[in-house]
Amino acid sequence: MDTSTKQRIEALIASSPIVVFMKGSKLMPQCGFSNNVVQILHALGVPFETVDVLADPDIRQGIKEFSNWPTIPQVYVRGDFMGGSDILIEMYNSGELREQLEIALAS
Amino acid sequence: MVHPDQVKAAISRAIPDAAVEVEDLTGGGDHLQVQVVSGAFAGLNRIKQHQLVYGALQQELASEAIHALALQTSVPA
Repeated sequence: MDTSTKQRIEALIASSPIVVFMKGSKLMPQCGFSNNVVQILHALGVPFETVDVLADPDIRQGIKEFSNWPTIPQVYVRGDFMGGSDILIEMYNSGELREQLEIALAS
Repeated sequence: MVHPDQVKAAISRAIPDAAVEVEDLTGGGDHLQVQVVSGAFAGLNRIKQHQLVYGALQQELASEAIHALALQTSVPA
């Protein structure tokens, strides 16, 4: 990954408390796994930004290296990698996600 | 596409004590659901647990032989 891609990813992650790298947009997710994450965050009623990796091949490849995570979607909260759709679903079902996001958004 | 047995073998090579269940969700061999139970996950957070499994399947994921992988990891009860 070149330096400019890395800097762009860092800027995207810092641009909002909750940032989702996904396929498609919030309104039109292009993949079931990305849609899962969007639906969960909507259900929790938290504000979040999304980055469409399909629109940007550098980001699509770069984010996988950046997070050491081979799949999309990827969720960042306050600059920390929180996981992909499986982890988000697990955390949502256990109530842990609501708790952690409330803390992150309050800080 | 990959055969579920290949996925199982790749994970077992990387995590020898792992109990692995692979389900082919569409029959096409590229949408898989995988459950891995291993003592190697003890003390690791979920991200690190998943990274261990992803590491074992690096080639298959990078080549998009596996297009979608739903993953659940846990330590033995």
